[in-house]
Amino acid sequence: MSVVLEQIFQVGFLAAIIRIATPLAFATLGEMFSERAGVLNLGIEGIMLLCAMTGFTETSLSGNLWLGVMVAVLTGMLMGALHALFTVVLGLSQHVCGIGVTLFSSGLAYFLYRLIFGQQSVPPSIKGFQTLPIPVLSDIPVLGPAVFNQFTLVYMAIIAIPLAAFVLYRTPWGLSVRMVGENPRAADSAGVSVIATRFQAVILGGALMGLAGAFLSMAQFNAFTFGVVSGRGWVAIALVVFGRWDPWRSAGAALLFAFVDALQLRMQASGLGHIPYEAFLMLPFIFTIVAMAFMSRNAVAPSALLKPFRREER
Amino acid sequence: MSPAPLIEMRGITKSFGAVKANEAVDLSVAPGEILGLLGENGAGKTTLMNVLFGAYAPDAGEILIQGRPVRIISSADALAAGIGMVHQHFHLAPRLTVLENLLIGIPGKSGRIDRAGGLARLAEIGRQHGLTLDPDLPVSTLSVGEQQRLEIVKALFRGARLLILDEPTAVLAPSEVDGLFSALRSMAAQGLGIIFISHKLNEVRALTHRCTVLRHGRVAGRVDDPANTTSAAMAQLMCGHEIVPPARGPSTPGAAVLTLDGISTSKHAGTVLRDVSLAVRAGEILGIAGVSGNGQRALAEVISGVRAPDAGRMTIAGQKVSRFSPREVQALGLGRIPEDRMTTGLVTNLPLADSMVLPRIGTAAFSAKGLLKPDAIRAFAEEQIKAYDIRCPGPMTRAGALSGGNLQKALLARELAFDPKVLIVSQPTRGLDIGAARFIHEKFLDMRAKGCGIIVIGEDLEELLVLCDHIAVMYEGRIVGTLDSADATIGRLGLLMTGAEGHG
Repeated sequence: MSVVLEQIFQVGFLAAIIRIATPLAFATLGEMFSERAGVLNLGIEGIMLLCAMTGFTETSLSGNLWLGVMVAVLTGMLMGALHALFTVVLGLSQHVCGIGVTLFSSGLAYFLYRLIFGQQSVPPSIKGFQTLPIPVLSDIPVLGPAVFNQFTLVYMAIIAIPLAAFVLYRTPWGLSVRMVGENPRAADSAGVSVIATRFQAVILGGALMGLAGAFLSMAQFNAFTFGVVSGRGWVAIALVVFGRWDPWRSAGAALLFAFVDALQLRMQASGLGHIPYEAFLMLPFIFTIVAMAFMSRNAVAPSALLKPFRREER
Repeated sequence: MSPAPLIEMRGITKSFGAVKANEAVDLSVAPGEILGLLGENGAGKTTLMNVLFGAYAPDAGEILIQGRPVRIISSADALAAGIGMVHQHFHLAPRLTVLENLLIGIPGKSGRIDRAGGLARLAEIGRQHGLTLDPDLPVSTLSVGEQQRLEIVKALFRGARLLILDEPTAVLAPSEVDGLFSALRSMAAQGLGIIFISHKLNEVRALTHRCTVLRHGRVAGRVDDPANTTSAAMAQLMCGHEIVPPARGPSTPGAAVLTLDGISTSKHAGTVLRDVSLAVRAGEILGIAGVSGNGQRALAEVISGVRAPDAGRMTIAGQKVSRFSPREVQALGLGRIPEDRMTTGLVTNLPLADSMVLPRIGTAAFSAKGLLKPDAIRAFAEEQIKAYDIRCPGPMTRAGALSGGNLQKALLARELAFDPKVLIVSQPTRGLDIGAARFIHEKFLDMRAKGCGIIVIGEDLEELLVLCDHIAVMYEGRIVGTLDSADATIGRLGLLMTGAEGHG
């Protein structure tokens, strides 16, 4: 067993956790902004997939990685705007519209991908992001190679966490977001536009989901496959609850999930071969369910989550 | 009064479909003036104030601020014009702090929330008007009175020169009302204009300098000297006819129909009951007074069988209640009219007829062999609609479409049709106008004369004094005193309600 443990806890293990956590952190922060404003975005799974596709396509056509990231972010914002149009402006059911957005985005992603790349025996790939060691910091033992020898998008995720907390807790806009998610009527009578604030929060959420999708197809896998997201969007929704709608806790939840995921990958690769690998694959999800069962009891959702706002109704 | 009004509304007309909620209404407030706005429910007070606060655009008419016409089509416009409103249901986010609730919608300083500036402004308002609040407490930890203070501070924080208060005293204890009034007088003394909306005529007479009375959307009259005008005269302006308070004749109470002996609860959220004992006799009305949140809800829930106590004994018509289920207490002869008509009273999305038979849906009158008898249900509802003059298109109308007064009549009809031995009601006339309240009161007195025992849980002390034979006061889950209503005064009850007189 000790050999197994040694294999598991190599220096690369920490780096793997950070890498796995990155798309989850983006997605979780994105979903958190949307939900703090009172809008559940079940479109996240499909939005991530579509963004992974558009970003990948742009890069493979233009050869420019950052242009691809931009396209992915714009795609996310556009799909966020679509979801906001249905749920915020028209006040339709957030569940139904979210699932609709996911189905639509996924279908669109498959369709466009086939249209552009056709059926190829070897799926096309790009030369994705390369790790960018940060001078000095990457020389720190253990922590250096794990945290400071990563993709630029990973650094962006690390910066995004305190930035999200700052925006949410310290800026007037963040206060408006929290207020429209708790009591939209209060925000409205204070002269804050509930519709605009929610719209903006859902679009910002979409942008972050776009970054999550871009990371998957342009840094992690360097290719687009139909299983590139494989449930990470749904996991992010659970992690928001697990993180109690707080940026720091949500990021922590993403790290914890990434830890279990990295662990199961190592266990698959290690000497426990007589157990079917599917059993290991289940671990992060079992962890999520158990964690949710324990943690979400005292989690209190934003009061106005799922509730459309119409001014004339009282 | 002052020659240049702070605000003037001229010829305001607003229709909703065929209904004219406001028609050619004129209203003005001078700086330093407290204007009372009176009217029954549906008279158009709230619509008028919503026009002033920018929630509705008027069909005709104009609003002038210090003589200049302004266009107010959103709350933001109203705030910019110096109009602040304290709504009846507070517009606060409970999980955010006092300061966060104040700073919402206020531009920050170099992109950040201006905390220091907010604290300074809050302290300044506190000094000026004696309205102090702890800035970092979450709003959910504040008392109702403090939340209202926060709403007032919020308006002042935004530089309001005119403050609209919609039924501000409905949620306050008598001692808190005094505090509110002194703050309002201080604001008026400093040149602010105040519009005070209330049903309670004695408060209007004590506080306001002038009154405008609305009826059916029009100005029914103005009162220039409210302090020296009788409540009866003002009530007549509001209703268009004379209102005689119901007379509670003498009655000869019979045996106890409901007794509670040492009832305590602990398990649930909210205020718990501590060793509550009381008795209601047939032909008697017992009032339960108290500031809301002192255990009245728990008491109502125990008596209605919704919640089982941890200790103590309860009897209905001499029979011991053992299981504490709504069905059991109902079978023993208890009728109840819950506090919140919309959530626990009836099902707003179903036809009125269904809600009217809901507590007895399983009885032989309305179902047989596991199937409903729709004709019987409909006939019952039609009969009650006629008997109680419930204004609605018919028994199949969606219950939520009825007005508060008609819903309350429907709930009353539903219980009284089965001749309860004891009736428990919470806040029976909250939000109802004088006419509807009068009707409800008369029904209670009729039931009393027929030998029904009634418990009225209420916050309106005047109502309790008119209606009840005895008034028990609750404070922190205990009954701290019971007064014969002949000896009770608002002052004595108010003292008991704040726990000042100890355990009586």
